[in-house]
Amino acid sequence: MEKRILFVEDEPSLQKAISEVLVQEGYKVLKAADGEEGLKAAQTEKPDLILLDLILPKKDGFEVLKDLKADEKTKNIPVIVLTNLEGIGDVEKALSLGATTYLVKTNYELEDVLKTVKAQLKE
Amino acid sequence: MSLKTLIKKLDFMAECRKYGLGFWQCPNSLFLMMGIIIIVAMIATYFIGIRLLDPEVVIATVCVVTIVLLIIGHSLVNSFARVAEANRMKSEFVSIVSHQLRTPLSALKWSLDLLRSKRLGEINQKQKEYLDIINESGIKMIKLVNDLLNVNRIEEGRFVIIPKLFSLSATIEELVNELKLMAQAQHIELVFENHPKDTDVYADEEKIRMVIQNLIDNAIKYSKKDGGRVEITIDKEKDKFIKVSVKDNGVGIPAMVQKEVFGKFFRGDNLVKQKVDGTGLGLFIARGIVRISGGDVNFESKENVGSNFWFTLPIPNKKLIKNSGQKT
Repeated sequence: MEKRILFVEDEPSLQKAISEVLVQEGYKVLKAADGEEGLKAAQTEKPDLILLDLILPKKDGFEVLKDLKADEKTKNIPVIVLTNLEGIGDVEKALSLGATTYLVKTNYELEDVLKTVKAQLKE
Repeated sequence: MSLKTLIKKLDFMAECRKYGLGFWQCPNSLFLMMGIIIIVAMIATYFIGIRLLDPEVVIATVCVVTIVLLIIGHSLVNSFARVAEANRMKSEFVSIVSHQLRTPLSALKWSLDLLRSKRLGEINQKQKEYLDIINESGIKMIKLVNDLLNVNRIEEGRFVIIPKLFSLSATIEELVNELKLMAQAQHIELVFENHPKDTDVYADEEKIRMVIQNLIDNAIKYSKKDGGRVEITIDKEKDKFIKVSVKDNGVGIPAMVQKEVFGKFFRGDNLVKQKVDGTGLGLFIARGIVRISGGDVNFESKENVGSNFWFTLPIPNKKLIKNSGQKT
C-alpha cells in the first residue's frame, strides 16, 4: 500500500519542490499550509509520516507537535521537523516534544530529506 | 603607513561612528571633553587663586566647573545606554535578516536540487554548467547567512553547544580524508600522523569539527600553491589540556595585522588580492566555539615562512562525566 505523508508548510515553493520528489518516489503527499489545518489533517487522515515546519500561521509547529503527541490517534505518527529555526533550545524543545528528527532546511539537500523520509518509513 | 595608523588611533570617534552616534552621544568624545575641562579649570583656578587672592572668586569658579562636569557626566551615562542599544539593534537586525533570508534560500536550493537531480528531465551540458554556478552561489550565500547567525549568537552569548565524549583524532582523520583530494588538487600535502593514544574530549563534536575544518581550510588557502604542506598534530599540555595544531608553510600573516586576525570580517591582504573565497568570519566563530568549550585559540606566524594555528580543549575527567549521565 502506498505510504501517505502529510507536509505542513506555509511556503508554497518549498511544498512544491518536496512534493515533486516524494510523489516521484511513489508516496502520496497531503498538504497543509498552516498549523490548524495540519493538525486537523493528521487527525482525520492519519498519515504514515508528518513533515512539520515550525514557523506556521495560526498555530506554530511546537504547539502542533504537542497536540499531536497528546492525542491517542496521532501520537504514534513519526514527525520530522523541517525548519529554518535553529535558535537556543529550539532543537531540544522539538525533540523533547516528541519529534523524531530535526532538519534545518538550508543545510540539507533535497535528496538528504528524501533519504531521511525513506529511512523513517522503512522502520 | 605609520602616520596612517597614528591618525587612526587619534580618531577617538571611530567606534561611535560605526554605531551612528554623534559627538554628544559618544562616550569617547565626552570623556575627552571632560578631561580638557578639568585641566583648563585647574590651571584657571590656580592663576585666579594666586593673582586675585579672593577666595570667593575661586569658590565660584570651582562651583561653575563642577556643575558643567556634572552635566557632562550625565550625558556620559546616557551615552553608554545609547551604545548598548545601538549594539542590540545591530544584533537583532542581523538575526531577523538572516532568518528571513533562509526561507527564500531554501526554496532556491531545493528547486535547484530538483533540477540538477534530473528528476524533471534531462538537462544538457551547458544548462548543467549554469545550474552548477547558481548552486555554488547559493551554497556561498547559505554559508554566509549561517556564519552571520553564528556570530550573532556568539556575541549575544546564545551559542548552544551539546557536549559529548568523542575522539579528536578520529574526527581529524575523517576530515583529513575528506579534504585530502582538494589539497592534492592544489599540490598541497595534508599530513596527520602523530597523536597521543587517548584524544577524547568532552565537547560539541559538530562544532569542534567546524573549528578544525576552518583551520585546515585556512592553512590550505594560505599555502604555497606548489610544495605546500599542512601538518596537523595533537599534543597534551600539562595533562590539563589537549592541543590541536595546524601548521602551514604558506605566506604567513604580516606582524602589522596579527592583532586583527580574530576580528570579524578579517581577511588577509593576500587573500583579497588572490580573490580567494571566504567570509572572514571563520576565526571569530572558531574562537567563540573553543572558548565556550573551555579552551582557547591562538597562533604564531611569520611572513613568508608560515603560520601555526592551535586550539586547546580541557582533558575531560571521564569518571565525572559518566557519573553525571552523559548527554547524547
